[in-house]
Amino acid sequence: MADPLVRFEGVRKSYGAGPAAVQSLDLDIARGELLTLLGPSGSGKTTTLMMLAGFELPSAGRILLEGRDIARLPPHRRGVGVVFQSYALFPHMSVAENVAFPLSVRGVAKAAQADRVRRALAMVRLESYGERRPAQLSGGQQQRVALARALVFEPPIVLLDEPLGALDKALREEMQLEIRHLHQRLGVTMMYVTHDQAEALTLSDRIAVFEGGRIRQCADPRRLYDRPADAFVAGFVGENNLLPGRIEARDAESCEVRLACGPVVRAEAVDAGGPGEGCLVAIRPERVAVAGVTAAELGEGALPATVLEAIFLGDHVRLRLGLGDGGEVVAKRPAGLGALPEPGGAAAIAWPEGAAFAFRDAGARV
Amino acid sequence: MRRASAALLTAPLLLFLLVTFVAPIAAFLWRGVTDTEVAPVLPRTAAALSAWDGRALPDEAAFAALVEDLRAARARDRQAGGGSIARAAARLNADKPGFRGLLPMTARRVEAPFDGAARAVLITISEEWGEVETWGAIARAAGPLSSFHALTALDLRQDAAGAIRAAPEDQSVFRAVLLRSLWISLLVTAACLLLAWPIAWLIATTRGAAGILLLAAVMLPFWISLVVRTAAWMVLLQREGVVNAALAATGIVDAPLPLMMNRFAVVLAMVHILLPFMVLPLVAAFRALDPRLPRAAASLGAPPWRVFLRVTLPLCLPGIGAGCLLVFIQALGFYVTPALLGGPNDQMLAWFVGFYATRSVNWGLAAALSILLLVAVGLCVALYGRLAGFRRLGAA
Repeated sequence: MADPLVRFEGVRKSYGAGPAAVQSLDLDIARGELLTLLGPSGSGKTTTLMMLAGFELPSAGRILLEGRDIARLPPHRRGVGVVFQSYALFPHMSVAENVAFPLSVRGVAKAAQADRVRRALAMVRLESYGERRPAQLSGGQQQRVALARALVFEPPIVLLDEPLGALDKALREEMQLEIRHLHQRLGVTMMYVTHDQAEALTLSDRIAVFEGGRIRQCADPRRLYDRPADAFVAGFVGENNLLPGRIEARDAESCEVRLACGPVVRAEAVDAGGPGEGCLVAIRPERVAVAGVTAAELGEGALPATVLEAIFLGDHVRLRLGLGDGGEVVAKRPAGLGALPEPGGAAAIAWPEGAAFAFRDAGARV
Repeated sequence: MRRASAALLTAPLLLFLLVTFVAPIAAFLWRGVTDTEVAPVLPRTAAALSAWDGRALPDEAAFAALVEDLRAARARDRQAGGGSIARAAARLNADKPGFRGLLPMTARRVEAPFDGAARAVLITISEEWGEVETWGAIARAAGPLSSFHALTALDLRQDAAGAIRAAPEDQSVFRAVLLRSLWISLLVTAACLLLAWPIAWLIATTRGAAGILLLAAVMLPFWISLVVRTAAWMVLLQREGVVNAALAATGIVDAPLPLMMNRFAVVLAMVHILLPFMVLPLVAAFRALDPRLPRAAASLGAPPWRVFLRVTLPLCLPGIGAGCLLVFIQALGFYVTPALLGGPNDQMLAWFVGFYATRSVNWGLAAALSILLLVAVGLCVALYGRLAGFRRLGAA
């Protein structure tokens, strides 16, 4: 990436003995993008954010902000806006005083402060709430105040550490869109940390998937979803059937895998070893076609399956299907595609070419 | 129903408090605003003086009443073996020095009947009966309610005509004592705050066994009696004490340092005794402080000292207020420690209460000084309530 705003170079963070929380991180953040660090808890994503904010010192490596190494700079001299999960609004100050705080510590004149606070509050649609105390606001309003406070001093980048974690689902979705629109309107660079893959897909220009202190894959949401780089990403982002098997034959791009439950399938060899090695085959539930016919009738490559369970979810039916000897596949079938056999009945399943991917088995990798 | 039964269950405690705590204290404090020693001994004189304006000597009726009262009292004293004249004399002596001798002497001299005006005879016995203020003292002590003790506690006097003015310089001590008590308490509170802050921070931020151990170390002095701890300081600080011996042995000083019987020793020991009362509220305040708030402030561009002034300090203010209030109020009433470790100029208000209650048996003044102490404490609490609000004290 040419001229990134932020660059992590070989950054590592370890606490005493044990595996490092962040292992040799290299990551660029482009100007104006919204990059999400996505991963389960303990994957190193929050540690990465805290190192950029200045609350954690990297054990090794450099962190460049606009070309300047800030890895050893104290937090207050970095000029980076941070929004915390619990909002961290100052309870003894009014909303307006909270938003004015970064301006007043920078010595901005009172009149200019008031003007900028008013604009920042208008930006998050809280113009009339300036005199209230944070405790008098709802969770969503408090988070909007925290956003206004992190944006009001126009930092080059705003870091958001699971900012919506404390909100209920409906409010969270509303706030996701609000943050997305704010980002688009202001063009400010944002780094967003979350463990919620749906939230990451909603918001992000790019997503870096963290696991075990490493970035597994860093790509835009569509690519991350359609072409996951390894079994972890395939399993973590969106829903996936992960079927264990063994590679029987492979060429440069694809391979034939004998699944542990019996059938042989073709899959794209994204991150797979040679013949004889174990692997996981990933197929998205929505790519699995199900029909109440025999496998031969459905077409070439179709597999016979048994309907185990069908759950009606309004817009689609969620099917649990038995495959071969003890294998199980989940399929999402749009509602209104016609009747299926009752649970216990026989069906056939198939998926388009290129919908199945073979990955090294994560268990064998560690 | 539930509330009523709860109230009923607390009734024994309330009764116990009323009988053992509220009633005795109220009865004692009542003495500060009443006068009961003189009126039973000189009832006729008191009645004769009730309409007196105090500008000139009272008329002959008052002199005659005094003679009659003294004869009656002397006869009663002789019969019952009591010392009611002496008690009345002691009370009047507190107002006008000389009365301790004047009253019994006059009683002896007027016992035998005499001819002529009582006024002339009394003035012959002592010229003091010809002074307005001598009669003023009796009028002021006639009771039942009296402002005499309260005024004395404030270094004020009321003359026979009712005007209030400052007491003579050589008898003005209590304002200075009150100021001294406030000053020592302030010093102790400030020292406690400075010393308690870091240890409280350490305790609040240390997790696990180490934190509990630290807290226990702070609490340890609670298990030792206050007198024992003060005595231990005496052992340490006296002329031949541990500190001086150590200093002499290492050759740092040639002559023993005067470490005791001074203000330094009083403040030192009081800080030691009162420190836990500052540490505990501070620990609670620090524990309640969301650690993300200082972080948020730093991320918004505030250097550490600004984070402290604008976030940490205001949020800990209820705890600081609670600790200071606890320490200051307790320090204001300290008795044993200044008595044992301080010099004559380091004694606090409580020492004078003790002195007048037990040694000079001037219960009225002791009670008035106690009221003064109570009012000072009440004002401090009210001031705190005004500045910080009591709701925040509850939060700490």
